[in-house]
Amino acid sequence: MDVVLKNIVKTYNKGKVKAVSDVSFSVEKGELFGLIGPDGAGKTTIFRILATLLLPDEGTASVNGHDAVNDYKEIRKRIGYMPGKFSLYQDLSVEENLNFFATLFNTSIEENYELIRDIYTQIEPFKTRRAGKLSGGMKQKLALCCALIRSPSLLLLDEPTTGVDTVSRKEFWEMLKGLKEQHITILVSTPYMDEATLCDRIALIQDGEILSINSPRKIINQFPDQLYAVKSQKMSRLLADLRQSSTISSCNSFGEYHHITLHQGNTFEMQKKLINEMEHLGHTQIEIKSIAPTIEDCFIKLMS
Amino acid sequence: MKQFITFVRKEFYHVFRDQKTLLLLFGMPVAQIILFGFALTNEIKNSKVLICDHARDAATQNILQRFEASPSFNIEKNILNHKGIEQEFKKGKIRLAVIFPANFQNDLNHFNKAQVQLIADASDPNTATTLTNYASSILMDYQKELQEGQAQFMSIKTDVRMIYNPELKGTTNFVPGVIALVLLLVCVLMTSISIVKEKETGTMELLLVSPFNPILVVLSKAVPYFFLSLINLTVILILSTTLMDMPIKGSIFLLYFASSLLILTALSLGLLISNSTDSQQAAMLISLMGMLIPTMMLTGFMFPLENMPLALQYISNLVPSKWYYTITKSVMIKGMGIEAIWKELLVLTVMTLVLLTISIKKFKIRLA
Repeated sequence: MDVVLKNIVKTYNKGKVKAVSDVSFSVEKGELFGLIGPDGAGKTTIFRILATLLLPDEGTASVNGHDAVNDYKEIRKRIGYMPGKFSLYQDLSVEENLNFFATLFNTSIEENYELIRDIYTQIEPFKTRRAGKLSGGMKQKLALCCALIRSPSLLLLDEPTTGVDTVSRKEFWEMLKGLKEQHITILVSTPYMDEATLCDRIALIQDGEILSINSPRKIINQFPDQLYAVKSQKMSRLLADLRQSSTISSCNSFGEYHHITLHQGNTFEMQKKLINEMEHLGHTQIEIKSIAPTIEDCFIKLMS
Repeated sequence: MKQFITFVRKEFYHVFRDQKTLLLLFGMPVAQIILFGFALTNEIKNSKVLICDHARDAATQNILQRFEASPSFNIEKNILNHKGIEQEFKKGKIRLAVIFPANFQNDLNHFNKAQVQLIADASDPNTATTLTNYASSILMDYQKELQEGQAQFMSIKTDVRMIYNPELKGTTNFVPGVIALVLLLVCVLMTSISIVKEKETGTMELLLVSPFNPILVVLSKAVPYFFLSLINLTVILILSTTLMDMPIKGSIFLLYFASSLLILTALSLGLLISNSTDSQQAAMLISLMGMLIPTMMLTGFMFPLENMPLALQYISNLVPSKWYYTITKSVMIKGMGIEAIWKELLVLTVMTLVLLTISIKKFKIRLA
């Protein structure tokens, strides 16, 4: 086990604000573990506790067997930490930033070039540019390089893809897959549910509590009901009407469809009844189809 | 060590790439020296001078004419006793009194020696010194002329008395004060801001999550400002010796040594402030309010400490620049050596050690 958290509790403002309550999970060596949850769920707090930057109120956390409170110096030698906020020197160039962080960890760019090669080649054309003048995606790549250059055994990435365009996000996850092959344990957090399936295992977190920990596939398989996607001409009115309907047990808006689950019973009959009901209310071009749930469906289900 | 050097180099990058701050760093001392310089070199014209001529002989008449010819003086002739002269001073009617004793020429001819008394109102020390200097030079001129073609040595002894502020403490010695002010401002303000900046931008998080000793993070920040301050000191010294004719009578080495000590005190104070605040604004406010005002008020270069209430005099002992001011005055103006200033040096050393210990103890190895 590379990372072990046991019953971590952390509050702010002298106990008034609860950030994390009773969180336990562990990450295995070489695993790509995702912490999935909305803003304010407590992800950053967990990262900071693991990075030895915050002391937990209760519970224990350890990295590579080193306690996050007592052995913090050992942990600081081993981990690569990328905070959620871009935290490199804006007035230093790409190369200077990388050099600085390499030296800070008693190494050099040359020594660990292999580790960052795939990522660094993408930003190398801009190596004399000041970090503050890079685009969002490139900043994150540089930050990842700076976290990697020390050859860490654990990589803590706090929302690395937040505020980054879709293409760069995809590239970033490709890079993480590449790093997994180098047997680096990665703990990553993200508010984007669609990124969850790219992890080996995920923990769904909400209001400082963990809702579920499993592989994305198993979490999806655990979804108890059959899920349907419904569409009509007037989507916003449809959502309200569906929620009024006696046949529906849950209904949520998901882009161009509404995802619904039905009450127990003959599904075919229920569907027919629903369509009738909606047509009666004046909806036209009603489309209903059964679909496989996504992580987001699971998250909403677990939240309720 | 290699880490430390890289760190220091990084700090230099920060300093040199922030051109506005750099301009401020080097512009401020120059501006201050010139500002204070103008305040000092105010030309003196038409100052009211009272001449009490008890002798009324050829010699005094000759000297009187010379006084009247000078544009600096506005002569008033009157015979007054000591009390009367003091009254005139108190009313602010005169700035200088020149008193010739009876038998002035007799003394000069028979004993080759005569006395003149100059009394100046030193509550404005600049004017007082300038006026007595002018008056003395007129007397010297006369003495030289008398000397020509004479075998015997003749001398006019001027007896200068400064009243109200006999030691002339205060504005005359503004250069040491400006040095203290600039060094403190640069060091305290800049170090505290630069560390707090790392906290604000989040880079402190990254620095903490590294094997690098956090104390070295802090110390390496101090290095560039230490050197910049030495450059500033040199600029001030050059300006004040060339433009303002400020003497450096003592050892330059000793002056630099004492200044380095003050810089270290200021840097430690900056570190302490940065460890206690989380935003650049707060750091800036505390540095300015906490440093600028006490330095201006309680150092003694603007307002003489002796005239202050006792409580303020005690508080002034906590102001590092007060001790530094005494050191620089002794070294620059009086030309004294280390034996005269070891006490002040010791006080500054203790201050530095205490501040440094507190700030290292207070350094947060975590975020909260």
